[in-house]
Amino acid sequence: MDATTPAVAGGFEPRITAFVCNWCTYTGADLAGTSRLQMASNVRIIRLPCTGRIDPMFITKAFERGADGIIVSGCHPADCHYNAGNYHARRRFAIFRELMDFLGVDTGRITFSWVSASEGGKWRDVVNDAVTRVRALGPFTDYRKLVVDPVATATGVVPPEHVGKEVPA
Amino acid sequence: MARIGVFVCHCGENIGRTVDCHGVAEACKDVPGVVHSVDYKYMCSDPGQQMVKNAIAEKGLTGVVVAACSPHMHEKTFRRATAGAGLNPFLCEMANVREHCSWIHEDREKATVKAVDITKTIIEKVKRNVPLNTIRIPVTRRALVIGGGIAGIQAALDIADGGREVILVEKGPSIGGHMSQLSETFPTLDCSQCILTPRMVEVYQHPRIKLYAYSEVESVEGYIGNFKVTVRRKARSVDEDKCNGCGACTQVCPNKKIPSEFDCGLGKRTAIYVPFPQAVPNLPTVDRNKCLLFMNRAKGRPDTCKKCADACAKGAIDFDQQDRLVTEDVGAIVVATGYQLYTIGKDQPKDNLKGYGEYGYGTIPDVIDGLQFERLASASGPTSGKILRPSDGKEPKRIVFLQCIGSRDPQKGMEYCSKICCMYVAKHTMLYHHKVHDGQATVFYMDIRAAGKGYEEFSRRAIEEEGAQYIRGRVSRMWREGDVIKILGFDTLEGEPIEMDADMVVLATAMRPQPGIDALAQKLSVSYDQHGFINEAHPKLRPVETNTAGIFVAGACQAPRDIPDAVAMASATASKVLGLFANEMLEREPTVACVNEANCAGCFHCERVCAYGAVEHKDIKDRAGNVVRVIAYVNPGVCQGCGTCQATCPSKSVELQGFTDEQIWGEIQALGV
Repeated sequence: MDATTPAVAGGFEPRITAFVCNWCTYTGADLAGTSRLQMASNVRIIRLPCTGRIDPMFITKAFERGADGIIVSGCHPADCHYNAGNYHARRRFAIFRELMDFLGVDTGRITFSWVSASEGGKWRDVVNDAVTRVRALGPFTDYRKLVVDPVATATGVVPPEHVGKEVPA
Repeated sequence: MARIGVFVCHCGENIGRTVDCHGVAEACKDVPGVVHSVDYKYMCSDPGQQMVKNAIAEKGLTGVVVAACSPHMHEKTFRRATAGAGLNPFLCEMANVREHCSWIHEDREKATVKAVDITKTIIEKVKRNVPLNTIRIPVTRRALVIGGGIAGIQAALDIADGGREVILVEKGPSIGGHMSQLSETFPTLDCSQCILTPRMVEVYQHPRIKLYAYSEVESVEGYIGNFKVTVRRKARSVDEDKCNGCGACTQVCPNKKIPSEFDCGLGKRTAIYVPFPQAVPNLPTVDRNKCLLFMNRAKGRPDTCKKCADACAKGAIDFDQQDRLVTEDVGAIVVATGYQLYTIGKDQPKDNLKGYGEYGYGTIPDVIDGLQFERLASASGPTSGKILRPSDGKEPKRIVFLQCIGSRDPQKGMEYCSKICCMYVAKHTMLYHHKVHDGQATVFYMDIRAAGKGYEEFSRRAIEEEGAQYIRGRVSRMWREGDVIKILGFDTLEGEPIEMDADMVVLATAMRPQPGIDALAQKLSVSYDQHGFINEAHPKLRPVETNTAGIFVAGACQAPRDIPDAVAMASATASKVLGLFANEMLEREPTVACVNEANCAGCFHCERVCAYGAVEHKDIKDRAGNVVRVIAYVNPGVCQGCGTCQATCPSKSVELQGFTDEQIWGEIQALGV
């Protein structure tokens, strides 16, 4: 088997990137594993020390790189390992989500949740719900079409899929 | 150019069963920069670690990726191995293909694809890792113990005996906790106070223990090795230095009808009181909510009663005493705040608990809980050890014990088992049998969980030798007819309903953490579960550490515990604390923020979001010594490495080592189509 080929035989399988904090959600996801809770395999976790570390640019970057959905998850309010990082994250994402909505990105693609270290079951539900929701929304191609192809920029040749689309100068 | 080595672990069958580990190793060979990619049955084993070391030496690796379990599990192991081969340990990272992949997926093909993705993200990260050096910070070698029950006492004594200073903070007027309320303890039936009070006195007299009773932790700042704790010493209205504990004040207090907390409401106390005769410290406390003088003051009336002050020959009563805040520097904190019993009679909307109104607790006076029975059975209790009904003082001839009230009941109570009830109910039946020879004890139980040394033998003894009648089943309703309690239940072994009369009923109610544990946990920034029990760092391998370095947990504030468990945990925390204090300097992970001085514009957004006050101002001077710019500086000793500053910095001039933008973007890049 070629291990690098994504399994897409059964139709559209969304690619979801999760940005989680090390102390609550990452540990909660570990607990889901230790408890052998079966869940959709579409999510790829990127571990950060705290949700406060998550720059909204990470999310746009992940969309740019082909993610169809995003999960951001950390400690519950008042439980942040770093006292207040999750509050900063919460404020940042309240605004960021508005911006995405304004730009025409379906906010259903962005999941923000609190999953504590003891909530393996909740993590499974967050993952499965996000996958179901994003699967229904379909592939997220809009953003990728806006991305300037480095080859095109270098050669002056616009790739066929970009013809007629809005491409930033 | 990076030279990355990839090591894919089968973890026996744990990963190999659902992930094609060899396929993962092969797929990673094609990633630019990977010069070595292998799989092995157990990477964490000695030969597995040796493979890593050999590859570093032979292939000249600049980075190591171990695709195995969670970094929380074995990151340290492999970083140690990496360092052992002469490579900076922070150039080694784990790709979690067990907890986050093989254990949660059944489809081998999908799991393998995911495992490759996970490993590739970490490869991209490691390519961007830079060598980091461990930070060394000084340690204040004094400990704070919160809670003066048996767990706190044991922890304090062990740490103090180990040669370090301890500050013991107890919320109540005396240390001793719930153990001081118990009559006799299972499975040996030795007197609780007889074994506890000498330890209490030892705490009081220990040259290295500073006891703050009737005090609470107000705030906690700092980090491992360097905590600054503010303790609120609540006003006792008694001068500790003058009082000699004669007790004359308590004898003259006119307000003598206050339900005693120590006797669980079965006995009475005065407004100025010592909770129990063996209290440590042996100092009276004025209950300002019940004292006539303070009640009058609250209503704006002049002071009337000063009988206690008049009776005190030492002039120790001080009605104008105020709460005092004291600050202590400590290097480690032990949380040992213990438990409370589930107050089952009441609807508790705050905790989303409905209570068990059908048992009439709080309305039928002869329905009591386990701790109240302890007070009845205790020689120092309100009945001097006689088992007498609270309603009419008669000796109950038929006593019924109900187990699992509020425990193991996800519908109305707690889903967990409170662990100690099976044993103490067996003990209660024995104590009852020893004191009321012609009485009959009946127990309604769900299962008998008597796991512990001598425990099963003890509960068998209650049934076989001491005549307790055990009925497997539940009670659905209890009501009072005359002075008899009518019990309606169901025997699940016979499959028949049961109606029974009792003179007294004892409910073995669930153990819950102390109220206010959530507020304390937030001050300490330790996590707690949905019930309020403090989370341990690892359920098996780090049972007495919390997720916050330097803060440890002992006893029933972590989960329901009996005395031997609580003591064992307390001693374990003491050994952890003493281990932490073994060196003057503490080594810390260098995952802290670092400012790029050339780019920092000095806006100090980072300072405003830093929860630790780690960001300082640094002057940049010209050759003449004039300050030309003020920029941010992160104190690496204070920084905890959350990275909030980096996400906030408009010019990206502050970077969290180990989680830089470069590294994260590399990871995101690897996930691309």
